[in-house]
Amino acid sequence: MGLSGRSTGMSVLSCEQLPVRAASNMKVISLGGNPNVGKSTLFNSLTGLKQHTGNWPGKTVAIAQGIYRHRDTDYMLVDIPGTYSLMANSEEEKIARDFICFGNPDAAVIVTDATCLERNLNLVLQTIEITPKVVVCVNLLDEAKKKRIDIDLNALSGQLGVPVVGTSARTGAGLEELVDAVHDIACGITISSPVRIIYEDVIEEAVSIVESIVNDIIKDKLNSRWVALMLIEGDEELISSLKTYTDCDLTAYEDLADKLIEVKERLNKAGIDQDSLRDRVVSQIVKTAEITAAKAITYNNKKYNSTDRRLDRILTSKSFGIPIMICLLGIIFWITITGANYPSSKISDLLFWIEDKLTAFCSGANAPSWVHGLFVMGIYRTVAWVVSVMLPPMAIFFPLFTLLEDFGYLPRVAFNLDKYFKKACAHGKQALTMCMGFGCNAAGIIGCRIIDSPREKLIAMITNNFVPCNGRFPTLIAIITMFFAGVIPGPFQSAVSTIILTGVIVLGVAMTMLISGLLSKTILKGLPSSFILELPPYRRPQIGRVIVRSVLDRTLFVLARAVVAAAPAGAIIWIMANINIGGLSLLTHCASFLNPFARLMGLDGYILMAFILGFPANEIVVPIIIMSYMAEASILEMGSLTELKELLVMHGWTWVTAVCTMLFSLMHWPCGTTCLTIRKESGSLKWTAVSILVPTAAGMILCFIFANAARLFGAL
Amino acid sequence: MSSNIIPLSSLPIGKKARVKSIITNGTQRRRLLDLGLITDTVVEALQKSPAGDPVAYQIRGAVIAFRTEDASGILVEAI
Repeated sequence: MGLSGRSTGMSVLSCEQLPVRAASNMKVISLGGNPNVGKSTLFNSLTGLKQHTGNWPGKTVAIAQGIYRHRDTDYMLVDIPGTYSLMANSEEEKIARDFICFGNPDAAVIVTDATCLERNLNLVLQTIEITPKVVVCVNLLDEAKKKRIDIDLNALSGQLGVPVVGTSARTGAGLEELVDAVHDIACGITISSPVRIIYEDVIEEAVSIVESIVNDIIKDKLNSRWVALMLIEGDEELISSLKTYTDCDLTAYEDLADKLIEVKERLNKAGIDQDSLRDRVVSQIVKTAEITAAKAITYNNKKYNSTDRRLDRILTSKSFGIPIMICLLGIIFWITITGANYPSSKISDLLFWIEDKLTAFCSGANAPSWVHGLFVMGIYRTVAWVVSVMLPPMAIFFPLFTLLEDFGYLPRVAFNLDKYFKKACAHGKQALTMCMGFGCNAAGIIGCRIIDSPREKLIAMITNNFVPCNGRFPTLIAIITMFFAGVIPGPFQSAVSTIILTGVIVLGVAMTMLISGLLSKTILKGLPSSFILELPPYRRPQIGRVIVRSVLDRTLFVLARAVVAAAPAGAIIWIMANINIGGLSLLTHCASFLNPFARLMGLDGYILMAFILGFPANEIVVPIIIMSYMAEASILEMGSLTELKELLVMHGWTWVTAVCTMLFSLMHWPCGTTCLTIRKESGSLKWTAVSILVPTAAGMILCFIFANAARLFGAL
Repeated sequence: MSSNIIPLSSLPIGKKARVKSIITNGTQRRRLLDLGLITDTVVEALQKSPAGDPVAYQIRGAVIAFRTEDASGILVEAI
C-alpha cells in the first residue's frame, strides 16, 4: 500500500522504458530477489530515494530506480520486481528476467533472506545461469542471528562462484561491503567463475547441440547456453523478448528450428517430453540449491521458527483469528481518534487565528470585498479545514497501519479471510489489495497487478473502493464524533466512536465480498484461480523509520493532493455562493436541483453536491459541506466540532442524515486519481465506468433503504 | 499407486509428508516447482486458517498457504 508518487501511478515505468544511463560512464545495477527479503529497505538505504518497503510480491512491479555514488562512480540502482523465479510464469517474473537479460546491467544484485536461504538460492542459481556478473546479498543477518542460524558466507561464495556479502539493511550493517563488491564486479575488477548447473547427460547433449547455433546468432548478447536451454524448454516468452529488445528474430533461422526439432525428438526418445524436461531442469536447480545450502548453513536451534508458529497459532486461530483482526483494527482507530482530537483543535485554532489576521489585513489594505471573500473565505478557509480535520488522523493512522504491515501481519489477514474471497470466486490476493485500499484506493488499484487472472483482477479493482481510504476516514470520524459519540460523556466517547467506525469498516469489507460474489455470478463469471500465499516470518517493525517514512511519503503526499484539490473547490464554492441568479445564489440553485433526489437517499442537495465537487479528492467533502452551509449563513465562527454540529443541525441534519452521509462516503464513485488509475490499469473505459457505477449504485440503494426504513419506523 | 499416497490436502495438521508427484500442469505446476516442491521434498502441514481453508505448510523453510483445490493437486506420502 505504498503511497508515494511512484505507487500512485505518477511515475510508473513500463518494461519498454528500460532505464537509460544518464551518463555513459554510469553503471547500471539491478536489484532483484524473492519477495519479503528487505529489498526495498536496501534500495532506500543505498539511494535515499523515498519509497515504501514492500511486504508483498509484485509491490515493486513498477520498476523504480535511484542513484548512488561510490568510489567516484555513479551507480543507477534499478529495483526489479521481487520474484521466486525467472521462468517468466507471471508478469513480474517476465519483467525481472527481461531486465537482467536486456537491461544490460553491469552487475545483478540478488538479495536473499538469511532466515530462508535455501529457497532463495533457487533465484540466485537461475540468475547465475543468465549472467556471471552476480553479487549475492545475504540480507537479514540480524534476524538469522536471533534465530541462531549461522551462515558461512565464504563457503557460500565458494559454492556459487560469485561474491557473497552479508547485510542487515535495516541497521545498515554490511552495506559498505556490498557496494564494494558491486563496484568490483561492475568495473571488471572481480571476474567471477560461477557454478554451472549440470543437468542429466541427455539434456546436456541437447543443450550443447543447440548452443553452438545459438551462439552464432546472438553472439555475446546473452549467455547462449542458457538461451539454448530455454529454447529446448519451449520458452516462447524469451523468443518474443529477444525480438523486442534486440531485433533478433530466432524464428527466422531455419537451421536453428531444424536442430530444435531434432533434439526434441532425441529427448522424446529418451522419455523426456516438454513438461518433464521442465520438471527435470527445475528439480536440478532446486537440488543444487539444497546441496549448496547444506554446505553453508548451520541451524543451531532446530526450532528456530517456533515463535513465529506460536504467533501464527494465535493470530490465525479458529476462535481468535478474526476477532483479533477486528480488535487490532479497532485499536488503531481508537488511537487515531483519541490522538487526533488535541492536535486537530490546536491546528484549527492556529489556522483560524491566521484567518483573522488575513481578514484584518484585507480590510486594512482596503481590498475589494470579493478579494477577501474569494481568497480568505473561499480558498483559505477550505484549505484550512482540510488541513486541520485531515492532517492529524492521517499522521496517526498511516504509521500505525504501516507498523502492522512491517510486522508481517497483512499476509495473515489474507490467510484469515481467504475462504470468504474464495466463496465470492475472487482471488486470494484480493484481501491484500483491499488492505492497500485503506491507505489509498489508487494504490490499492495498482496493487491489483499482483493478481494474474484478468477476471479476478477486475473484480478486485471494481470493489477496491468499498474500503474507505485514508482520505475518507477523517470524514467518518468527524461525523461519528459529532452525532453519535458526542452525546456520551468524556472517556467513553472515543471508545464508542471506535466501535462505530470499526462497524463501518466491517460493513465495507462485507460489501467487498458481497459485490465480488455478485460480479462473479453476473458480468465477470468464473471460478477462482489457484494462488500461493506466503506467510513470511514476523519481523520487529522499525518504528522510527516507519514514522518518518509514513509522514514524508504518505501523509504529506496525500495532504498536498488534498490541498491542491481543496483550493479550487473553495474558490468554486465561494463563487457559486456569491453569484446570484434571480435572487438566489448559484449554489442554492444547484443544491435545490439535486435536493429531491438527495432527499430520497437521506441526504440533502448540499451534501450530494459536496460529494460531486469532492471528486478530485475525498478529503474535501466535509469542508465543502461546511463551506456551502456557511455561505448560506456565514455568521458562524467555526472552531470546534460542537459548533460544527450546531451548523449541521441548523441545516436539518439528524442522525439519519449522519448515517446516510457515512454510508454514501463509504460507497460512492472513486476519487479522480483512483478513476484515472483504474482507466490506466484496466486499459478500458468500460471497466472504469463499471468501477464508478457499482459502488455508486450500492451506496444509493443502501442509503435509500436506510433513509426510508428510518422514516417509516420514525413515522410509526 | 500405493495406498499411502494421499493428496496434500488430506494431510493432517502437524504431520509431515514427502512429495511424490504434482498432478497439475502448466503455470501452476511451475510455480509449485519454483517453491521447491520437487519429488521427495518434505512438507509439513502447519495449520488451518480460521475458516478451515486455506492451510499453511512448511516447505523448505518457508511457510506457504494453499487452498484445498490447489493442495489436492500435490500427491504426497505421509511419514
